[in-house]
Amino acid sequence: MIKSELIQKLVDENPHLFQKDVENIVAAIFDEISNALARGDRVELRGFGAFSVKNRPARIGRNPRTGEKVNVGEKYAPQFKAGKEIRERLNR
Amino acid sequence: MGHKTVTRADLAEAVYQKVGLSRTESAELVERTLDLICDGLVQDKSVKLSSFGSFHVRSKSERIGRNPKTGEEVPILPRQVLVFKPSNVLKSKINKSMVGSGK
Repeated sequence: MIKSELIQKLVDENPHLFQKDVENIVAAIFDEISNALARGDRVELRGFGAFSVKNRPARIGRNPRTGEKVNVGEKYAPQFKAGKEIRERLNR
Repeated sequence: MGHKTVTRADLAEAVYQKVGLSRTESAELVERTLDLICDGLVQDKSVKLSSFGSFHVRSKSERIGRNPKTGEEVPILPRQVLVFKPSNVLKSKINKSMVGSGK
C-alpha cells in the first residue's frame, strides 16, 4: 500500500470530506510525527508502535576498498518498535 | 533525556488545528489512518509513505535461542516482524535539527 491508496481508502470511508481535506489530515499526522522526532521527542502510539531518535556518535570509519581512515560525523537515526497489537496480528 | 512523548492525542490536535474538523472527528481519523496502515501491512506486507518512510513485514525463520538465566535452549519459532525504514527526507530533517544541538 502506498500513501495515495491510504488516502483513497479514507476518502471512500468519509464521503463528507474533500480529497484535499483527507490529504491534509494524513500530512498533518506524519508531519507531527516527523517534527516530534526532529525535536528529539519520542512518539508512542499504543497498539501501533513507538518512534524514537537514537544518537550515533562520531566515529572513525574506514573505506573498505582502500583501508583509508575517514571521519564519520555524529548522526541521529530514527527507530521504530512495533506495538504488541500489530505484532500479534502479523503472527496470527 | 527529558523529552516529551507525543501520543495519539497530539496527532489528533495537529489534525484539528490544520483541517478544522471537530476534535472528536480528528481523533477518529487518526485512529482510522493507523488502522488502515495495519490492515495494509497484514494484506500487502508493506506500506510506503513517501517523504516519511516505509514499513515492511519480514519473515524470520526458526532459530535456537537460549534462556540467558538458565542457559536452557529454547526454539524461537518462525515469525513475522515489522520493520520501519525512514526516508532520506525524514533522516535529513532529524539530522539538520539534532546534530550539534547537544540533545
